[in-house]
Amino acid sequence: MSKQNDPRDPTPKKPGLALWLPLALFAGFFVLVIYGLVRPADREVASAFIGKPLPGFDLPPAVDDRPGLALANFRDGKPRLLNVFASWCVPCAVESPQLAALAQQGVEIDGVAIRDRREDVAQFLSANGNPFRRIGKDDLSKVQLAIGSSGVPETFVIDGKGVIRYQHIGDIRAEDVPLILRKLKEAES
Amino acid sequence: MARAASRRGAVVFAVFSLLLASPAAAQDSLPPAPYAYKQLPNPDQEARAQALMETLRCLKCQSQSIADSDAPMAGDMRHQVRTRIAAGEDPEEIRQWLIERYGDYVSYTPQLRPMTWPLFAAPAAFLVLAALLLRKRFRRGNGDGGVDEPDVEGLEDNA
Repeated sequence: MSKQNDPRDPTPKKPGLALWLPLALFAGFFVLVIYGLVRPADREVASAFIGKPLPGFDLPPAVDDRPGLALANFRDGKPRLLNVFASWCVPCAVESPQLAALAQQGVEIDGVAIRDRREDVAQFLSANGNPFRRIGKDDLSKVQLAIGSSGVPETFVIDGKGVIRYQHIGDIRAEDVPLILRKLKEAES
Repeated sequence: MARAASRRGAVVFAVFSLLLASPAAAQDSLPPAPYAYKQLPNPDQEARAQALMETLRCLKCQSQSIADSDAPMAGDMRHQVRTRIAAGEDPEEIRQWLIERYGDYVSYTPQLRPMTWPLFAAPAAFLVLAALLLRKRFRRGNGDGGVDEPDVEGLEDNA
């Protein structure tokens, strides 16, 4: 590169590698932009509250035949699932066979119904089955915000002391069930 | 036989289209939270709430702030921000509360962290760099051999 320098060039010093710096910077920026464009968009916001204890809450029941949900219900020493759902949420209906399968294996599942009406929840449960032991009614997304959940459905593994151990974002597919069972097992210790 | 089958097909189709139609019809039928669209009576508190809400990300529609978004969840977040400010909480406390739950992503105002300090240091670093570069150039300008020097170097180059 220095060989190409005109000896009569009035520039006092040879530019050397510095000449290529802007181009290199541009190339780097270009690669970054392309990477950002083609990379499959992952726009899920994971909870930053994993490993932390559930905050205090006390929700009224969302249906007649199940009690409401409060923090105190999570401290009986047994790990369980906390399922954040809503009757107006389509993937929540899609995951119901998986929740039913988990409940059948003895997993305790508590539900939080987000922004929902009692009759809608009842109708949803009669159509899709009711795997829940307790269902709290969260009309202001309070519990959802308090545990860092950003949508429905989401499922949290809570250990026997009420500490959040794992978060599953989106509907539970059949292939997710083993992982959730493993996380529940891990939460026993 | 064929007729029965086609009728069954029609029933299946009808059920299927009902299934497809239900989400739009049932999308969150609750009214918005009390303070989702209502301002606080105290204008000073409302101004602080508004300033905070404009710098918090809506988690449903992630390029909007919760002040901009009509998503029900953003409404619930606005309700929470307004009621907590009305209860005397500091806006930055509320921001930290949300960051604790959703990470820095929820805040549009960048936070100073081990990962983000270069963001804050970069302007100062660039200023220092620019000063250094310019100083070199000014010093050279003061020198009298400004024309001869490159020739010498150029010759060295070609040698």
